[in-house]
Amino acid sequence: MSSTADVPADVPVEEFAARARAWLAENMPPADPTAGHFFFTDTSSRSDDHDLVRIDTCRRLQRLLHDGGFAGICVAPEYGGQGLTPAHQAAFNRELRGFDHPIEIQASTFIPCMAVLLEFGTEEQKLRHIPPMLKGEAIWAQLLSEPSGGSDAAGALTTATRDGDQWILNGSKIWTTGAWYSDWAMCLARTNWEVEKHRGLTVFALPLRTPGLEIHRIELLNGSVEFCQEFLTDVVVDDRDRIGDVDGGWTVMTRWLHHERTISGGSPYVTSTGRSHNAPNDGPRLAAVARELGTVDDPRALEIIGEARALTLVSDALVSSVTRKMQTGELPFHAAAMSRLFSGTSQVRKAALALELTGADGVMWEPGDDQRAGVGQSWLVRQAACIGGGTTEMARNVIAERLLGMPREARRDDGAFRDVPKGPR
Amino acid sequence: MFAQSEDQQVFESTSARFVESQYPAERVRALARAEAVFEAPLWREAAALGWTTLLVPESAGGGSLSGNGLADLLIVASLFGRHAAPGPLFGTNLVARALGTWGSADQQAGPLAEILAGDAVAAWGHRSACTATRSSTGVVVSGRVRSVESAADARYVLVSVDEPEGRSHVLVPLAAPGVALTPLKGVDQTRRFWDVTLDGVTLPGAAWVGAMGAAAEHDDELLDVASVLALGEMAGALHRAFAMTLDWVANRYSFGRPLNSYQEIKHRMADLRTQVEAAEAVAARAASLVGSGSGSGSGSGSGRALASAGMAHVGRHGPEAIQDCIQLHGGIGVTNDCDLHLFLRRTVLDANLYGSPAEFARRLGRLVVAQGVAG
Repeated sequence: MSSTADVPADVPVEEFAARARAWLAENMPPADPTAGHFFFTDTSSRSDDHDLVRIDTCRRLQRLLHDGGFAGICVAPEYGGQGLTPAHQAAFNRELRGFDHPIEIQASTFIPCMAVLLEFGTEEQKLRHIPPMLKGEAIWAQLLSEPSGGSDAAGALTTATRDGDQWILNGSKIWTTGAWYSDWAMCLARTNWEVEKHRGLTVFALPLRTPGLEIHRIELLNGSVEFCQEFLTDVVVDDRDRIGDVDGGWTVMTRWLHHERTISGGSPYVTSTGRSHNAPNDGPRLAAVARELGTVDDPRALEIIGEARALTLVSDALVSSVTRKMQTGELPFHAAAMSRLFSGTSQVRKAALALELTGADGVMWEPGDDQRAGVGQSWLVRQAACIGGGTTEMARNVIAERLLGMPREARRDDGAFRDVPKGPR
Repeated sequence: MFAQSEDQQVFESTSARFVESQYPAERVRALARAEAVFEAPLWREAAALGWTTLLVPESAGGGSLSGNGLADLLIVASLFGRHAAPGPLFGTNLVARALGTWGSADQQAGPLAEILAGDAVAAWGHRSACTATRSSTGVVVSGRVRSVESAADARYVLVSVDEPEGRSHVLVPLAAPGVALTPLKGVDQTRRFWDVTLDGVTLPGAAWVGAMGAAAEHDDELLDVASVLALGEMAGALHRAFAMTLDWVANRYSFGRPLNSYQEIKHRMADLRTQVEAAEAVAARAASLVGSGSGSGSGSGSGRALASAGMAHVGRHGPEAIQDCIQLHGGIGVTNDCDLHLFLRRTVLDANLYGSPAEFARRLGRLVVAQGVAG
């Protein structure tokens, strides 16, 4: 297998796309059109063993991409990437349609973790961490949210105390996707309680299998146990694993959150077709359910299938239009909150449409009927689409305040963080 | 809003100047109460700006700016929405598209040339229930065509008729004997409609447009184009209603605070802003795909899927969004003293004229079902 890692950066996109097409056809397995999706969109019938097999497949597919010269297309060659442009990545993503690819490890490994390392990491950190990411050897997680509050990231209570060349971390993190099978994590911690909350934070990198770090699984309403909570008790982190300046964590966080939001589109670091024909509650899936129930020709069924499909198509159009306008500067990057809001609310609506389509058949099912189970389970957990990755309430605040220039909400957390109210007195 | 290339930007600014000077709000308000809204000399000027040629191939006397005439025309449709402008933009362009694509040489040299020059206005009879019988000299058409825009000002209406070979299109001169018009009242006071009755209207055999039996397929194509124009107009109207409301909530004070300092109001404005962006995005993508004849089925590359998705979504949420703008204005919003109603009227007309949002959802649903699991 020949490597194309020494391709010059000015290789024309068309030529690159043609090579990708040929390479994919020869090397990449086809996508399984019936495969469910990881994460809270799929139902509970899978086992941990099943998930671990899939994660191993992702690692292998990532290695395949790396050896073929298609991993880290926009990452510099010295870190194991291809040194090409977002247009090359976009072309590769177009060619990828119909092929299996390591979709489950794009977030959090490449965005935000690799993207943040590229912006804030030292040369040593980049050389040490990015090549294993691109080879599928290191899967990363984000230790960000805390049990005390999900939306207020700057209110982190997990504390890092300096001890010579080391830091001692104590606290708890939550809503970590896939921490139980991940290798490394990026962690936000408080290093100074005497200053305003944004000014006392620092970001660290740490391995997930380290003394003092316990990982628990959380069960969602649909039975998914993908999310984790971590308990950190005197976890030791070397100062060389600090990312960015001491107390400069919010500068890193701003970009971290930005990269995290680009999962809905527009990141130069994501290898994904950006669309899924088998998404839960999208028109084609609902059509399959209606066929099974024998209602596919009912006018109301057609209307529900059409409305669900319309939401997907409008959402896709919105995301790519907002992404393009952010790239040209026509819209500020806060505009990504519109994509977040629309995709959250439309997923909620699609879950409701699916249940309306099935009625009684969506609230009970024979064991093993994943189609109908998917309807009921995804309805139960549907609000996750408006909560995870930043609530839609926060997105509305960002749109109103940052995009439309409306007055900011009053704050009661602008003094020293030690004195900020953290609960009823 | 929809202009991309430099040519399109020039076209947008000249078209915008024309619409702004001819149809300021006070004139639109006056026309709402006027007996007639159509002015022939003005339409000729509009044609000179290029508003009638964009959907017609060069070989038939038309021409586009960008190679995608529908994407070009979307710019004008959105300006119409922003100003709630009157004028036979939709019907004239739809019939021009039909004659330019399927018309005979005689039809292109005659009626189409009149339309391109702005000398004649035309209408698409999309709600036709007519039958035709062959006579020795041609064809005799009878029936009723509902909701024909500008019928009293138009020279031609394109009508689909049931005849022995199936459903076929015929171009009916509205001055022909046997044609009777019934004026209609409606929610939009500056776009006027008539029911047209055809009672034994005799036409020459040369009146057929396109292959015999092809009208159902051709009407489906015209519906895609009409959908894009309606989406452009709705997006323009939404944009304007939103801008008015954003100003209003900044300048109106209650309990010593501007309305826009209340989180409830901020969140509603965030939802509205997102719907405006969604409407623009789906209109642009639908124009790009329908105008280039791309794709089929229910996928994201299919013009018909995008046009139907747009009409199902924006048709349902667009008028609701403007009703919410009215709610945010309070009492003044439900009076004729506040211009919001102009945009409300235009949007709810566009959202229903060619079929309800539910009908467009079913149209898309049928595409999904026909495509099977692969989607």
